[in-house]
Amino acid sequence: MKHTISVLVENKFGVLARIAGLFSARGFNIDSLAVGETEDPTVSRMTIISKGDDKTLEQIKKQLNKLIDVIKVVDFKEGEFVDRELMLIKVAVNAKNQKDILEAVESVGGRVVSALPSSVSAEVAGDSNKINGLIELLKPFGIIEVVRTGRIALGTGQMGMKADGKPEVNE
Amino acid sequence: MKMNGAKILIECLKKENVEVIFGYPGGQVLPIFDQLYDAPIRFILTRHEQGAAHAADGYARATGKVGVCLATSGPGATNLVTGIATAYMDSIPMVAITGQVKSFLIGNDAFQEADITGITRPITKHNYLVEDINDLARVIKEAFHVASTGRPGPVLVDIPSDIQMQETEFVYPDKVQMRGYNPTYNGHPGQIKRAAKAISGSKRPILYVGGGAIACDAADEVYSLATKNDIPVTMTLLGLGAFPMTHKLALGMLGMHGTAYANHAIMDSDLIIAVGARFDDRVTGKLEAFAPHATVIHIDIDPASVSKTVDVDIPIVGDAAIVLKQLNKMVKKPDTKDWLKTIDGWKKTYPMKYKDDNKLRPQYVVEQIYEATKGNAIICTEVGQNQMWAAQYFKFIKPRTIVSSGGLGTMGYGFPAAIGAKLGKPKMPVFDVAGDGSIQMNIQELATAVIEKTPVKIIILNNSCLGMVRQWQELFYKKRYSYTKLCADTPDFVKLAESYGAVGMRITKKKDVRKAIDKALKINNTVVIDFRVEQEENVFPMVPAGEAINKMISGGLA
Repeated sequence: MKHTISVLVENKFGVLARIAGLFSARGFNIDSLAVGETEDPTVSRMTIISKGDDKTLEQIKKQLNKLIDVIKVVDFKEGEFVDRELMLIKVAVNAKNQKDILEAVESVGGRVVSALPSSVSAEVAGDSNKINGLIELLKPFGIIEVVRTGRIALGTGQMGMKADGKPEVNE
Repeated sequence: MKMNGAKILIECLKKENVEVIFGYPGGQVLPIFDQLYDAPIRFILTRHEQGAAHAADGYARATGKVGVCLATSGPGATNLVTGIATAYMDSIPMVAITGQVKSFLIGNDAFQEADITGITRPITKHNYLVEDINDLARVIKEAFHVASTGRPGPVLVDIPSDIQMQETEFVYPDKVQMRGYNPTYNGHPGQIKRAAKAISGSKRPILYVGGGAIACDAADEVYSLATKNDIPVTMTLLGLGAFPMTHKLALGMLGMHGTAYANHAIMDSDLIIAVGARFDDRVTGKLEAFAPHATVIHIDIDPASVSKTVDVDIPIVGDAAIVLKQLNKMVKKPDTKDWLKTIDGWKKTYPMKYKDDNKLRPQYVVEQIYEATKGNAIICTEVGQNQMWAAQYFKFIKPRTIVSSGGLGTMGYGFPAAIGAKLGKPKMPVFDVAGDGSIQMNIQELATAVIEKTPVKIIILNNSCLGMVRQWQELFYKKRYSYTKLCADTPDFVKLAESYGAVGMRITKKKDVRKAIDKALKINNTVVIDFRVEQEENVFPMVPAGEAINKMISGGLA
């Protein structure tokens, strides 16, 4: 089963290597890993998408928590979070199909960021369905390059988590 | 007061009450060594950095204090790696300090540069590269704190040589502030209550005690729980000494080379009380078949150890000494009379034994060390048959008297660890039970032992082969002894010992064993005794890899 794990870590040299090294050393799977600063510049937040049974996920959480630079780990359950990903995609284009490509991009709420006589580059942000949907739509035209950020997730309601690891206060 | 990084390091070590450092100098630690020249800390110059790491580890195991080792950058640092990994696998508190090339050269493939924080990331509890002189004191404070608290482990601090020479105001922080590190010491009261109830209602309980009980000094509480409630006790290799082997409730070690009665007892138990033990594969054997009727209570300070392999019914995360103290107040004595009778039956049917004839057998040598010392000795071991015979035939009665590489199984560990143990416990006789293979992996430390006057007794159970591997080849590889033969006369261990200024003896007859051990104990110098033991002798009982632990082979002895 796929899991969405949010990890608050010290924003320090070498932390990404510690996390990535832990996953490879213990044979845990990583589908994607996205990392960036939080509202507190001393804290980074990682979103890790991982596959595994309940026992493996329990170990992943515990092993992450054991790392000294890890402040908090949350394994989101269905319905407790929203997640988004950004994709940049470049497609081959010619005079005949340009309109179809633009329509496909717009149909999923994407936006063209560069248009050349031979290729079109577009951006689209959204959940996996949307992103994978656009890839399917554009495949027939000839995809040249795909770059994805990996998913980032934000807990909703009670599952909110500030940079200090404390839950957000509901007024 | 303003001082340079090297001086700050020494001041920090003094604040941490470090008595002894094991290490080796080199280009990138010259400022530190210059400070050590007149520092009030004993420095032990080993003859290899690996020896320094193992000695620091042995010192830590024997005393419970943090062991400290020091090496230069590059090869100095990489030579520590096996020692650090050994300490990591066995949760031993250690601080390893390494020099690094100058900050501005890092990443340039400079002379003697190695990314030691990168290399040791998976084998340290935590590690640091000091990038700013103003961080140094805090980092050293944190390193000792992290190494010695929670589940202990090695911490490495890498200090570039320019940082060692920069100056700043020395302020040693009073306490550490680490938001990502906060071990749990007090067990959950509800869980402790559940555990007490489970113990009180059990019919076939067993205590399964590991190195964690030694680490947090829980031996007295283990003793109370066992003896007040008539609960038998089995121990892991690292747990030996947590409960006296001379007590009738002691079942000895369990697992691959455990006693048959310990293995039968845990397999038939209805309740396992695991204390600071991690259900590793050498203990459980075939996981699916392990203790099928047992409810499992697991007391451990590391949440990640709980339900990692065996599923636990009543987990209690906390310090075993604190948790057991509370548990001891709540447990009502279960009726274990029938259970102890059953176990006594196993003890009679499957006693620990070896062929008692006139031949010089290694088990006899170990027994005679016990007889000569009555258990008042520290037994370090190498790895292989020597280690298992030491665990099986020496009756450990006190905590911190076995010093052995359990998790990593590092050959060459025992001798340097013995030097460390002797420095930590100078009044205790210290033995290294070795094989002729493993002793050669750090034999250069004979120089250290003689010069530093740490008179350890090296018992070489010399069977002219790599015995444990030979045993597997005999049993599972059709006696195809591929590269496990060593040579009885190369080296000549007696001459080798003498060349270092130690005392060498060679014993070939059973009747001379005890005399040699008694003589060695009287000599105030390092002694090497080359016992020429039976080559064919195997370690039994033995659970073949992947089998259930009650499916032992006994070599026709039981």
